[in-house]
Amino acid sequence: MKGYRKYFLNKLGWFLITFVCAFILNFILPRLMPGDPVAAIVSKLAQGISESTGVRAIYQQYAELFGTNKPMYEQFLIYMKNVLRGDFGFSFSQYPRTVADVIRSSILWTVCLQFPAIIVGWVLGNTLGALAAYLKGGFDKVVMPISIFMSNFPAFGMAIILMVIFGVTLEWLPTSGGYGFDLIPEFSWKFIRSVIVHYQLPFWSIVLIAIGGQAIGMRSMAIYELNADYVKFARFMGIKDRKIIGYVFRNAMLPQVTGLALSIGTMVGGALVAEIVFSYPGLGYTIMNGVMGQDYPLISATTLIITIMVLTATFVIEILYGFIDPRIKAAQAD
Amino acid sequence: MKHTLRQIFHSGKFVFGFSIFVAILLIVIIYPLLFPYPPLAIISQGTFFEPGIYVNVYDSVNAPKHILNLEDANVKRIASKLDQEARLAMRDWLVGYGIPEAEIDIEDTPKLLELWETHYDPKANIPGMTNAKRNYFIRLNSSLKGLLSTEDLIVAAKNAETGALEEKGTLMPADYVNVKEVANVRFLPLGTDNFGRDVLTELVRATQVSLLIGLVAGSIATLIGLTLGLLSGYIGGIVDDIIMFFTNLFTVIPGFVMLILISFSIGQDKRGAVTVAVVIGLTSWVWTTRAVRAQVMSLRNRDHVNLSKLSGHSLVHIILNDILPYIASYVVMALILQISSGILAEAGLSILGLGPRTTEVPTLGLMMNWAMIYQAQILGKWWAYLPVLITIALITFSMNLMNTGLDQIFNPALRD
Repeated sequence: MKGYRKYFLNKLGWFLITFVCAFILNFILPRLMPGDPVAAIVSKLAQGISESTGVRAIYQQYAELFGTNKPMYEQFLIYMKNVLRGDFGFSFSQYPRTVADVIRSSILWTVCLQFPAIIVGWVLGNTLGALAAYLKGGFDKVVMPISIFMSNFPAFGMAIILMVIFGVTLEWLPTSGGYGFDLIPEFSWKFIRSVIVHYQLPFWSIVLIAIGGQAIGMRSMAIYELNADYVKFARFMGIKDRKIIGYVFRNAMLPQVTGLALSIGTMVGGALVAEIVFSYPGLGYTIMNGVMGQDYPLISATTLIITIMVLTATFVIEILYGFIDPRIKAAQAD
Repeated sequence: MKHTLRQIFHSGKFVFGFSIFVAILLIVIIYPLLFPYPPLAIISQGTFFEPGIYVNVYDSVNAPKHILNLEDANVKRIASKLDQEARLAMRDWLVGYGIPEAEIDIEDTPKLLELWETHYDPKANIPGMTNAKRNYFIRLNSSLKGLLSTEDLIVAAKNAETGALEEKGTLMPADYVNVKEVANVRFLPLGTDNFGRDVLTELVRATQVSLLIGLVAGSIATLIGLTLGLLSGYIGGIVDDIIMFFTNLFTVIPGFVMLILISFSIGQDKRGAVTVAVVIGLTSWVWTTRAVRAQVMSLRNRDHVNLSKLSGHSLVHIILNDILPYIASYVVMALILQISSGILAEAGLSILGLGPRTTEVPTLGLMMNWAMIYQAQILGKWWAYLPVLITIALITFSMNLMNTGLDQIFNPALRD
């Protein structure tokens, strides 16, 4: 067990470094852009106010709020202090709600939708890809082209097509929202049923997209492993096929786990857009509302939260990877 | 080189993908030459006109008339006027009158009319029928009579001085015009969108712009990735450490989130199509860097590179002559993937409302965005979103097929 410590510490160190860098980027990118964010906000707010002193007062107020009249490092300290307290300020578009409040009400929807969907898609995709590599022939000929086509299909496209088929034409499932518009969130059967029904379309649209990409990757890896020398050697030794297959897929699986860690950010991006298509009350929909309402604090906070979510997920996967990859164990034993 | 090309064009997957891509490219180039309509011109008053051929009524009144005696003309005319509701109402009356339901087929217009004409009696007393319903049937009957009338229509114009109507001509039920002789006919194969713009013309222009965005974004990403990968892989040492630090950083920080943040900060007014493309390119170089670095590291200690080093060639010379040719196939594949993911990234951004500003050029993502905002998918206006989706899917699909084909040529282990 002691051998793993170096690996964990290394990963933890990276996690902290990326975390800090993501935090700094999130702070600095909007401020590097040409133009003054406060001026843009004020010009939005001040439409219709002809008096110049009034506009100036608003400008002063917001400059104070964001601290843009202070030097950069001081702004950063203020920002950091506020974020650590979970204070992201007020949302412009949903005033008087605070940004933290808006995010709190939407983050659970996103987490409960995206992570199960990505994991289910990953498992199904890998199973299909492994089967395609092992069975070859007809199964492969069917699964492969469909997987290629699906993995190239934009996430929102899959969402729209599922919505039109099952929501609009067949009317089996609702087309938008996270629960019935006539319900209040509570712990009742009616509400839970409504949530489950609304969950189906966004969930499967994300799963289907994930399946395609994973199946292709797994198939390539498995074919590569099946042709490796150790497989031939094992066959000559007369080891049972079933046992060999077990080894092969275990080896093919490892890069897929790393692949999941590396691609989870991209997947979350696609899934955010799928949320928008279904007006699912998660972070993707919140971002869209923020964009529409020119809600600067909301966008800034949402992107930070998504980054943290992705970083944490990546970290967890890498830690798990440490347990299953024998090479890490071997490297530590030296 | 010639041999490689021949090999590439023997790969079924590559050729298939390549043909789709070339077909899209040709359509995008040729269509504007044949139909030079302005892509963003609002032509229809009202939204979401169905696809079809639009014939100018004013011009067809004045066009030369030809008499065709077609037997089913009357039936078709009535069938087009008789909606489902009226048909159901007619059946209800007939059933109430005592005709067995099995004999009535509401889809067969001539039979239905025949039954109606022989049996309908405004005075007949049907049990359970309200007065309003009775009046509805009287109106229905008289409108049917009007449809069946064989009288001509008179075309009249107002006299500018007296204000009286003057007969200009007559239209007989058997008059036909040849579409070729009507001055104004507009074929809208994909109807119009929520602004009343011709979807096909807009789509062609949008495909052009999106391909350009993909190309710019892909080139930038590949160029950055290639440069960093070459430097990091070949020079190694501290340069490698620094570059890999940033590469690892941006691998875990999701590029899409960075894209949202930057695009939002730039602001709607300053976001042109090229700006969006540049931003996409700047946030998606990570994968190329990693892959190029790995390839270069395996090449770095090959004999021919060492030989070149011993001969005193400069760094640039070695990279250009001894390393680049070996990874060229890989870079082309990476470029193809980057272009297709650039197009997808633009579409994703536009759906979030962070696409290029809407006033200048359409893009595939913007067309999707508008179709979503106006709920084309719920209203069943398939022509506003489905062609766009199919175009996006075809572009990315063709590029990935090309990529898979190339991959199988250069990595023989992947061949079936």
